[in-house]
Amino acid sequence: MPADSGLSWNLLSDIDQMWKLDSMVNAYRAGTIVAVLAAVVGWFVVLRRQTFVAHTVSLAGFPGAAAAVFLGVSASWGYFGFCIGAAAVIAALARSGKGGMAEESALTGIVQSFTLACGMLFVALYKGFLNGVNSLLFGSFLGVTPGDIAVLAAVAAVVLLAMALIGRPLLFASVDPAVADARGVPSRTLSLLFLVLLGATAAEVSQITGSLLVFALLVMPAATAQRITARPGRSLVLSVVFALAVTWFGLGAAYFSPYPIGFWITTFAFGCYLLANLYGFVVRWRGAGRRHMVEALGVS
Amino acid sequence: MSMFSHPFMVYALLGGTGIAAACGAVGFFLVLRAQVFTGDALSHVAFTGALAALAFGIDLRVGLFAATIAVALLLGALGRRGRADDVVIGNVFAWILGLGVFFLTLYTTNRSGSGNGSATINVLFGSILGLSSSQAQTALWIGVGVVAALVFIARPLLFATLDEAVAAARGVPVRVLGFVFLALVGAATAEATQAVGALLLLGLVAAPAGTALVLTDRPFRGLGLAVALAVGEMWAGLTLAYFVPRMPPSFSITAVATAVYAAAMIYRWSARRRAAVRSAATAVAPAHIRVAEPVATADTVSV
Repeated sequence: MPADSGLSWNLLSDIDQMWKLDSMVNAYRAGTIVAVLAAVVGWFVVLRRQTFVAHTVSLAGFPGAAAAVFLGVSASWGYFGFCIGAAAVIAALARSGKGGMAEESALTGIVQSFTLACGMLFVALYKGFLNGVNSLLFGSFLGVTPGDIAVLAAVAAVVLLAMALIGRPLLFASVDPAVADARGVPSRTLSLLFLVLLGATAAEVSQITGSLLVFALLVMPAATAQRITARPGRSLVLSVVFALAVTWFGLGAAYFSPYPIGFWITTFAFGCYLLANLYGFVVRWRGAGRRHMVEALGVS
Repeated sequence: MSMFSHPFMVYALLGGTGIAAACGAVGFFLVLRAQVFTGDALSHVAFTGALAALAFGIDLRVGLFAATIAVALLLGALGRRGRADDVVIGNVFAWILGLGVFFLTLYTTNRSGSGNGSATINVLFGSILGLSSSQAQTALWIGVGVVAALVFIARPLLFATLDEAVAAARGVPVRVLGFVFLALVGAATAEATQAVGALLLLGLVAAPAGTALVLTDRPFRGLGLAVALAVGEMWAGLTLAYFVPRMPPSFSITAVATAVYAAAMIYRWSARRRAAVRSAATAVAPAHIRVAEPVATADTVSV
């Protein structure tokens, strides 16, 4: 973060100055791609209540990147390889039966701690990489190159296209699995495919927010949107809007302050979530109040 | 030269035993109650608590215990019947983790200029070989305390876990038990963070318990098995780390736990296959008897 860039009284000139930096422009481009992708995939994560799996898959990015650094290959390979690999392991071992809930969560937890332990091992084997650990875990947006952006955009396009193709049946299978099964929707194949797409998404987002905070961009905007409206299309759009706003403001705040982007993104997103909860509470409270009024007046 | 002639190894084994026993016992109920995600969230909260303590210059353990137990109770209060929804947990702990990053920056900019990277590494990945004599004793006593408290509430907690509605109808204080249990999880998490680190303690919580549930259906045997497995895996991991110096102990402990779980899964899978083959064979002999579905009969055995 540039040290000389405190916020002055003239906000417009500050923003103008920020845009002059190539690294900031690149960060905004990458952040926009990642936010849209995370919001769309995260919307299904929240709908399917797969937050634990999403968190586990996103943490797999850390050992992936550590392994890539250790082996001397591009970090992107590590991110995509490990995230998609972890998603595939969970998809293959976890049976979709409802009775397996307890066992499934144990399995997810074990996958998570083992992948992290592997990351620890790679860090220990590769001496002198200690300072990189923080940026792997908590993100750094200043090193984004145009080449990175091209890769991010290509992968995002593929994942979004796949989501568009499986979106409707996946929605059906997520909301009512039993009926979807009966109607011939291949819900097992769909959930497997979705986990792989989730892995690719987590790998993308990791590169901006860091492995530990992918989860914030994946779950918080979607949870906020689903709090506000129950209609699928509308809440999906809202989720994208929230993710974009949170990312843009987060990048700006991180530029003008000494605090890292992860802190700002989670704080803005959590603020939105709290406001949405408050909104939902007020709406319900007013609805209840109206019902009481109607009952009291005897107009049933 | 014996492994036990090094004091740091003795302290690690001593403290590790208490921590592993507490994690095994707590983990068994976490897995049974399908609350592993809560344990995961609390382990990340431990990170924030520790870094907040470092940033404000107070005792690390105060921050750890205060943060984990407070958030554990908060998560209990947010959900109905002492259990929060996964999405709510996710939102809360993602933000708390973000706060942790904030404290990390405060700490690295304001406090020590040197060794700032290793502070994070220690909190996240643990430093069991760095335990002092008094720390090891504290860990042991807290472990014994958590296990004793869990054994004390084990029967009603088990009832409340397996059939909440009936337990509530029979006068079991389901909600209070949920809170007490979460507070115990918080305490175990805070203690374990110092040894295996915030990111890896989930392995000690989930793996022995998951293994125990694969191996037995009987609850109290499972609880004992989870504790025994956790302690055994801790010892095996420490021994392994001692003989392979390049291997960090947190990795070896987690790796041993994962390997044992994988072995148990393979064992059950082969046992089921054998049972399926046997039932198919007996079904073939008297040809007029319809072949029973072997997979379904094997499945009903699981919890």
